[in-house]
Amino acid sequence: MGKNKKVVVPIGPYHPLLEEPEYFELHCEGERVVDVKWQPGYNHRAIEKLSESKHWDQVTFLVERICGICSTSHPIAYCNAVEDLLGIDIPERAKYIRSIVGELERIHSHLLWVGLAGHFLGYNTVFMWAWKYREPVLDMFEIITGNRNHYAMLRIGGVRRDIEDEDIPLLKKTLEGLKGKLEMLTKAVLDDPVLAARLKGVGVLTKEDVKNYGAVGPVARASGVDIDVRKDEPYAGYNLVEWKVITTENGDVFDKAVVRLLEIFESIKIIEQSLNAIKGKKGEIWKEVREIPEGEGIGHHEAPRGETFHYIRSDGSNRPVRHKVRAPSYTNIPTFKASCIGETISDVAIILAGVDPCYCCTERVSVYEAKTRKKLYGYKELVELSRKKTEKLRREI
Amino acid sequence: MIEKLKEKLGDLIKDTKVHNERRIYITVDKKDLKKAVKIVFKNMGARYVIVTGVDNFNKFELLYHFSFDKEGGIITSLRVFLDKEKAEIETLSDLIPGIAWIEREIWELLGINFAGHPNLTHLLLREDWPEGIYPLRKEAKENGKK
Repeated sequence: MGKNKKVVVPIGPYHPLLEEPEYFELHCEGERVVDVKWQPGYNHRAIEKLSESKHWDQVTFLVERICGICSTSHPIAYCNAVEDLLGIDIPERAKYIRSIVGELERIHSHLLWVGLAGHFLGYNTVFMWAWKYREPVLDMFEIITGNRNHYAMLRIGGVRRDIEDEDIPLLKKTLEGLKGKLEMLTKAVLDDPVLAARLKGVGVLTKEDVKNYGAVGPVARASGVDIDVRKDEPYAGYNLVEWKVITTENGDVFDKAVVRLLEIFESIKIIEQSLNAIKGKKGEIWKEVREIPEGEGIGHHEAPRGETFHYIRSDGSNRPVRHKVRAPSYTNIPTFKASCIGETISDVAIILAGVDPCYCCTERVSVYEAKTRKKLYGYKELVELSRKKTEKLRREI
Repeated sequence: MIEKLKEKLGDLIKDTKVHNERRIYITVDKKDLKKAVKIVFKNMGARYVIVTGVDNFNKFELLYHFSFDKEGGIITSLRVFLDKEKAEIETLSDLIPGIAWIEREIWELLGINFAGHPNLTHLLLREDWPEGIYPLRKEAKENGKK
């Protein structure tokens, strides 16, 4: 690359492995990133519009299809919104079951992230550990809901399936077995000097930028902003159990990893307490809802990546007239503008991953010379660049 | 919270609807929106959540959702009504940088112009999307035609 030559680095948009194709354009001067542009829409399915043509009950399953990784987050937020419109409270047993499913999802989603983050840094051991330990979580999903993904557990007024008493010992045993392994994984990641050198001080997001971009979830909490819908406006069973919000102060990629890893243990705590609370008891799991009156409702849920926000409006018919969905990445992704600028290209892959969007983005990185459109780096070369930097640091330490 | 909002916003409020203690909807005039957002977002420290654009057949509605997380997760929505003919409102992207993307989305899906927006280009729809067709409007048909 010549001196003072601006280079455009397109990232994305497609990769067959993961959903949510997106496109990023990095404008670089030498190694430094000077501007970032974001272009979504490659997977736009017009779900908001589609929702206007579905029955209230069908929408629960429609919104579940928005995302494959956090597939229960949208139904929870949607049901919260409809229940807010109706002004009803759901049975206690349903509340516990909702938080069990919600927290299991957080564990599997965070493990998925840790694994991929390790993969991009050239730590494939972390990748294999994390994904291996994610398997028992999916098995637990299968026991509870019958599915490893797209659980279809939610309905307006409660949940669709009960957790049977005879399954609870096995679920608790699986959780117990996970704890030791996850502690080992957490220590392996957090105490590693090379990872610390690679991630600390990289892609820092300040408190001010969190506010300006409306960032949510682990991205905000890693910058010391302790927002968490589960604590701030308790829904489901989150105020019935003991747990705490994890925050760190630095806002770099390392802190984002710390927040996610420690949150897994809080999730395990919530699930254990909820399982204990419903064990040996009987109770209603849903409240019958016949009609949705005219009005508007807002519901949100703390998904693994942050607050999922749903706004619905009813005209008294059997379909919503307007259904607005805001996923957490919608406000988290633009923070790249604040965190990527000034960083080197080899760090960008991990900064983008640090926000936990879908990784398809980083899978298709290629660098072109702006004038001649000649390809300089492909995805392979960029990941190689990232790994080389880790290697270099490893030798130095 | 509602008292505090009433005190701070004062004459800017045209109408209030309190759905429950955690959901407050405040209608403001189009020209007062920026002032109201400045008070809620800058002075009172609310978190910007998102903007919802609604086509309610007669008019367009924009709902600017803000959340007071530490005061019990109260969501305050500032509502503005816009005429269908020449729907236009001032951009807030200079006040809240993160709002620029949703304004682009509303612009392309509902056809509301955000005056002063630095980069009003297509976000979700393809670049060569025909002008004058707004998919989220009620009169839009399934095949994307008017």
